[in-house]
Amino acid sequence: MSPEYEVVIGLETHVELLTESKIFCSCPNRFGEAPNTNVCPVCLGLPGSLPVFNKNALELALRAALALNCTISSYSKFDRKNYFYPDLPKAYQISQYDMPLARDGYLDLVKNGCLVRKVRIERLHLEEDAGKLLHSYEEARSYVDYNRCGVPLVEIVTAPDLRSPEEARLFLELLKKILLYTGVSDCKMEEGSLRCDANISLRLAGSDTLGRKVEIKNMNSFKAVQRGLEYEVSRQEEILRAGGQVVMETTRWNEERGITIEMRGKEEEHDYRYFPEPDLPPMVLNGEFIGEIRSKLPELPVQRCFRFTEEYGLTPYQAEIITSSKNLADFFEETLEHYPQPQKVSNWLIGDVLGLLNSMGKEINQVTFTPLHFSGLLKLLDTGTLSGRLAKDVLEESFLTGKHPEEVVQEKGLAQISDEQKLLPVIDDVIKGNPNAVSDYSGGNKKAIAFLVGQVMQRTRGQANPQLVTGLLKKQLEG
Amino acid sequence: MELFEMTAYEAATALQKKEVTSLDLTESVLKRISEVEDIIKGFITILDSEKVLQEAKKIDRLLAEGKEISPLAGIPMALKDNMCTQGVPTTCASQILKEYRPPYDAHVTEKLKEAGTILVGKANMDEFAMGSSTENSSFYHTCNPWDTSRVPGGSSGGSASLVAADEIFFSLGSDTGGSVRQPASLCGVVGLKPTYGLISRYGLIAFASSLDQIGPLTKDVRDCALVLDIIAGNDPRDSTSVPREKEKYADYLGREVRGFKIGLPREYFEEGIEEPVRKVVMEAMAYCDQLGVEVEEVSMPNTLYALPCYYLVATAEASSNLARYDGIQYGFRAPEEDNLIDLYRKTRNQGFGPEVKRRIMLGTYALSSGYYDAYYLKALKVRTLIRRDFEKVFQNYDLIVTPTSPTTAFVRGERIDNPLTMYLSDIFTITANLAGVPAISIPCGLAGGLPVGLQVIGRPFDEGRMLQFCYALENVLGFKGLKPGIPAKGVLRDVS
Repeated sequence: MSPEYEVVIGLETHVELLTESKIFCSCPNRFGEAPNTNVCPVCLGLPGSLPVFNKNALELALRAALALNCTISSYSKFDRKNYFYPDLPKAYQISQYDMPLARDGYLDLVKNGCLVRKVRIERLHLEEDAGKLLHSYEEARSYVDYNRCGVPLVEIVTAPDLRSPEEARLFLELLKKILLYTGVSDCKMEEGSLRCDANISLRLAGSDTLGRKVEIKNMNSFKAVQRGLEYEVSRQEEILRAGGQVVMETTRWNEERGITIEMRGKEEEHDYRYFPEPDLPPMVLNGEFIGEIRSKLPELPVQRCFRFTEEYGLTPYQAEIITSSKNLADFFEETLEHYPQPQKVSNWLIGDVLGLLNSMGKEINQVTFTPLHFSGLLKLLDTGTLSGRLAKDVLEESFLTGKHPEEVVQEKGLAQISDEQKLLPVIDDVIKGNPNAVSDYSGGNKKAIAFLVGQVMQRTRGQANPQLVTGLLKKQLEG
Repeated sequence: MELFEMTAYEAATALQKKEVTSLDLTESVLKRISEVEDIIKGFITILDSEKVLQEAKKIDRLLAEGKEISPLAGIPMALKDNMCTQGVPTTCASQILKEYRPPYDAHVTEKLKEAGTILVGKANMDEFAMGSSTENSSFYHTCNPWDTSRVPGGSSGGSASLVAADEIFFSLGSDTGGSVRQPASLCGVVGLKPTYGLISRYGLIAFASSLDQIGPLTKDVRDCALVLDIIAGNDPRDSTSVPREKEKYADYLGREVRGFKIGLPREYFEEGIEEPVRKVVMEAMAYCDQLGVEVEEVSMPNTLYALPCYYLVATAEASSNLARYDGIQYGFRAPEEDNLIDLYRKTRNQGFGPEVKRRIMLGTYALSSGYYDAYYLKALKVRTLIRRDFEKVFQNYDLIVTPTSPTTAFVRGERIDNPLTMYLSDIFTITANLAGVPAISIPCGLAGGLPVGLQVIGRPFDEGRMLQFCYALENVLGFKGLKPGIPAKGVLRDVS
């Protein structure tokens, strides 16, 4: 990207809410059921059925809106968005048009402790999800699965404030973190519970008018969002450089080919004929109710990160990593209840625990390793039962089996050997078996002792207390 | 007197006194149907008679066991074919839903079943309740029992004619712009459109959601109150249904009406009304003196704008409500489609009749970007003005009385080619839907041998006092008990 052009990006994010039931009926809000089994007359849009708004969806949407610093509308309403498509059984989607639930929020994008950008949130509104089409190319047929119909969604629309594909990714990561923290959504992009469309245009640096934009759909991971946008930046730049004009259009990101493909041009845009949903009364929200939701809002990542540096003396870097996931931060604090040494907990958490999680591709809440396990392990280190090296082995074993570290130590006989009487015979053996190293040491090559310590460790399968072994060796060799 | 000639109340009383059985009543009605239905054609579906008689026997068994049964238990009835009945075809008189059997019962269906009434069949109507003559049924037209060359009104023409022809003790219709009251007027029966929100619309196939309301069609005012007692009340499945304490409407009947104040809006007696109709209504109102009811002329200046307002709001909502009939999930699908768009086009082109298409087009246009403000939004503003007209009058008056329809039953085919003339049939009834207020039509006399309806409009949720007044008026008018002779033209009494 040459400095000649400035990138302008706005995101539209659809987030499925973690409610028990769907937004307008009592069908469970569940993913992965057999097609068309999780449906009823209401979400199938059968003649005569009517929607009833799920108050739980309202609560979660308000929680999201407050966490995104939005102003909540005291009066908002549902509207019908009319269009024909086989996955939309009523041929209209119940959504919100000119009076969204919330407006005018923002998120601060922070990278390495520095504010990168303030991203304005234009609006947040509630709507219902549509079903899914399944195409069978062999049969040349299409099938519809209506299970997803009526799953509650919030659509979050940013202002065109993002200035690079990387910022877009950072924004989504932060958004996901906040929505996970607030329990609004599970944000699984691969299951479609978080979906993102992007509008992107280029303009000459310093200009304050917007260029012609292109909408990109079908980006199914954070990485895809960044890649899709990067592709579009270079495509548009090439056009502009050649003196051409970008055509306003909607495109699909093709992950395999790494390109965007035109879906429809501007002139084919739908006229959705929005009008107020007559089957649902408007939502009138009083300050008391909103205050109640606000008071139930959990601590948000930014606040928690700051508190961790203040309360536990963590570095901003440590605090940022630990608070990047609510589950990880919860794990950290729970561990501290049993083992109140923040620095030690933090070092082991960021180093070894996260390393293991990453290699397993799991989150902390997806393994059986608990804060009790963790604090137990650290205590074993303190008492000298485990060496640092052994502790890593025990941690791994505890991770894989879900067993308490003490149990692992006992079962495998992994406890550190700090008993001189047990170590001396081994040391004697090693001295006898390595006359060369012994003479090197005696000859003034003090480094030779490291080799001898290593031999002792090997023979004790790493269980010997290395400091003790070194001391005893010196005593034997010099005495 | 044949059993089928009784009112629902008379039949139920005889039943409770064990003078007749539900089986007797049901057999009587089925016999009547077998005699006159070929001429009237008020039904789209008649249920298997064995099953219907089984239901009647169940009630008789309960009675024999000495069990308490609800007031209209064992009474045969019919539902307009836009109310869902589980497993029983519910077609909206449309080809697009010709084979459709809903998997669930509408709220009103449930309520009537719980009350032990006997569903005999589903009544004919204008397709998707769009029309004023039942000529828009895609199956066949229904005849007016008073003169079979004439229409029964619409869109609940089947429901009204079945009651008028004594084929059924009572029925339900739906009223979006007069579709219960206008056919009641043209067929000489009682028809009520309750306050918007009094009766759940759950399971009523929508035409215009903000206007639709279900209401009873009955032989007299008492029956109307009894049916309303069954079907009124809050339903959490309809968010527009209003939670309020349940009333007992039958208790209002017979109470003193002396001191009631009635407003006669000038605008409803001036233009477009046939002189004999106006005369019959005015003569009926002359009885108010005798009842001690005060009558004064009032003005509702925005009445003039009601018709255009209605045809924007109703068609806009309809264009969206009827979009789901796309041939994908249920109902008719056109054969031999080339692609998805083609499937939609052919299905909807072949599945809908001309009036439905006309209204979908009108509504789609009114909501289109660039036209929304000028049409739909403006219509909403006019709707507010019309509501205010009512509020103003109700500050000083208990009730408003108007003619129900500007004419008596017209001859079939006379207006079907001129939609605007047809739309004028609803000119006096649509205001109540736009304002959401309750309105009832009761027969008040004959003009040219045909029944004339008088419309009483009340404050929101004031159905009790409306019925109270109508009951008193009915008693002094002497129309009750007049029956059309079928198939001969029944001129029984002519006040014109």
